[in-house]
Amino acid sequence: MSTPRVFIPRDAAALSVGADAVASAVRAEAEARDLAVEIVRTGSRGLLWLEPLLEVEGPDGTRYAFGPMTPEAVPELFEAGVPAPDTAHPLALGPTEAIPYLADQHRVTFSRCGIIDPLSVADYRAHGGFAGLDRALTMTAEEICAAVTDSGLRGRGGAGFPAGRKWDTVRTAPGETKYIACNADEGDSGTFADRMLMEGDPFLLIEGITIAGLATGATEGFIYMRSEYPHAITTMRDAVALAEAEGWLGDGIHGTDRRFHLHVRVGAGAYICGEETAMLESLEGRRGQVRAKPPLPALEGLFGKPTVVNNVLTLAAVPDILAFGPDVYATFGVGRSRGTQPFQLAGNVRRGGLVEVPFGISLHDLVYRFGGGTASGRPVKAVQAGGPLGAYLPEHLFHLPKDYEAFAAVGAMVGHGGLVVFDDTVDMAAQTRFALEFCAIESCGKCTPCRIGSQRGVEVIDRIVAGEDRDANLALLDDLCTVLADGSLCAMGGLTPQPVRSALRHFPEDFDRPPHTGTARQAAE
Amino acid sequence: MAERSPWAEDRARAIVDDHRAMPGALLPLLHALQEEFGCIDEPAVPLLADALNLSRAEVHGVVTFYQDFRRTRPGRHVVKVCRAEACQAVGAESLLDHVKRTLAVSEGETTPDGAFTLEAVYCLGNCALGPAVMIDDTLHGRVGPARFDALAKTHRAEDPA
Repeated sequence: MSTPRVFIPRDAAALSVGADAVASAVRAEAEARDLAVEIVRTGSRGLLWLEPLLEVEGPDGTRYAFGPMTPEAVPELFEAGVPAPDTAHPLALGPTEAIPYLADQHRVTFSRCGIIDPLSVADYRAHGGFAGLDRALTMTAEEICAAVTDSGLRGRGGAGFPAGRKWDTVRTAPGETKYIACNADEGDSGTFADRMLMEGDPFLLIEGITIAGLATGATEGFIYMRSEYPHAITTMRDAVALAEAEGWLGDGIHGTDRRFHLHVRVGAGAYICGEETAMLESLEGRRGQVRAKPPLPALEGLFGKPTVVNNVLTLAAVPDILAFGPDVYATFGVGRSRGTQPFQLAGNVRRGGLVEVPFGISLHDLVYRFGGGTASGRPVKAVQAGGPLGAYLPEHLFHLPKDYEAFAAVGAMVGHGGLVVFDDTVDMAAQTRFALEFCAIESCGKCTPCRIGSQRGVEVIDRIVAGEDRDANLALLDDLCTVLADGSLCAMGGLTPQPVRSALRHFPEDFDRPPHTGTARQAAE
Repeated sequence: MAERSPWAEDRARAIVDDHRAMPGALLPLLHALQEEFGCIDEPAVPLLADALNLSRAEVHGVVTFYQDFRRTRPGRHVVKVCRAEACQAVGAESLLDHVKRTLAVSEGETTPDGAFTLEAVYCLGNCALGPAVMIDDTLHGRVGPARFDALAKTHRAEDPA
């Protein structure tokens, strides 16, 4: 009989609720029983409310889930002598793939995440890894760009710009030196897909970036990661070193004469560096201040050279497009939003985690069918979609399909796919104040409306909530929002009005509370 | 927690020489210096300016732009409490109040015994398991007041008396 295998995530979210303690308990129990047990540390499956999620491999290779696992519940796993998919265990969840949350998803980008050892090239290869790169090595740059264009892939960072068109612009731009800059500065609250992917399947990102290099003629790339992700930084650096050692990066990719060098760079706690031009400034060693466009980064980007700037999820979608063909990818989705999107359920939600499904799913399905409503058990009041610059949406808009155009039509955005759920104790006036406070803290300072207008906005909201000259101050706030939206170079100032205006439009009662009645949260406490 | 050496010019010069040839070397250099010394000491600014052919004002501008770079040494442990929206939805603001009260510090301050420096941060990427707290480089999820107190106690106990 082969050595029994147990899978425990090494993802930061799983570690944050005790995955290491569970792994130690399994090791200790196996030693106490003098049993050989192989513990494989994987990424996370994305069923985060069940973390630490432990899986035991059955005789036919099926994995059986147990969670949320505790060290105390480990000895019972060995009741039958060896770790067995014993359904009598109080934390047994059955076959992992049959858990509805996972079974109802369509995993493409995250198909390996949580399954393989993230730092094993052999494991990655055995699960179809590097097939896209192998295919790309047989194609011309023009053919690769055309395949990405045909797939309909749009930038997953939030702006939704067609990826193939951006690549083609860099490919045809004059100049010898070109760069790929991967934006891994995932600063939006409610998003963690980039982190999960970099910790759970880092070679996929390396493969996607290398293909972007082949498609554009760039031979050097940078991954700009946020310093708040120390665990992901370590994993990504280890993965780059392993890929180099095994001939998938560097000079002579997989035995060919093609070359690509990749560097991991770390930000320093500035949200604005998730904006592409601020990120380029930061990579060049300067303050993260946004640049005016044009020139487009595709023509004059990093160090003044033509540069592809793409989000982690955009680049990670590319290997499958090459491996299976653009037509397969384009069959998913609706309208001009093609493919799958890894949505992230966060905040006050019962079943938080990663849900990768084709575009077109409704917000209601995501929040209720997958998310199970709020963690507190109270009614859902609002969902903030697309990060701190995204709109607050009320229940009557939950029928909206997740699609770039449908969201834009109601003054909202898909963004990076993050959804933050709030229950009925939330005070929308306080959230609005926070949106402007956040803008004031994180503004790079280049545009006056963002630098100063955000601070003035905080003061105006304080006056509105205090009941001071309400109508005049509401008009002033609306005017300020217009100036921010129209007078800012980038999305920081340009989109901060989204949470503000959506909250005012959908939850006006929170801005018109008689003094001293307190908030719903205070009443609930 | 990493040892934090006092400023030593020789050591700083060696770090600068290791990194100066990188394209866009300033951020990697500042990270390396802070890793070694715990903060960006004042003499680092002219040293970096000279090595990278920048003005002191430019280096100062970069150091002060980024939240991560400190001008003074922090406590033995750095506590980062997330106060972004996803954590707010599950009580981050009241956790931050609790942390400030129990450690008797505000954001950016260090406890009198030098054990903890408190920082407020905006998103640690643990948005489904909030409230999230990072102590040094270790992420903690579902941190209520009781769990925070237990974590603080463990970290204090680990420190040399």
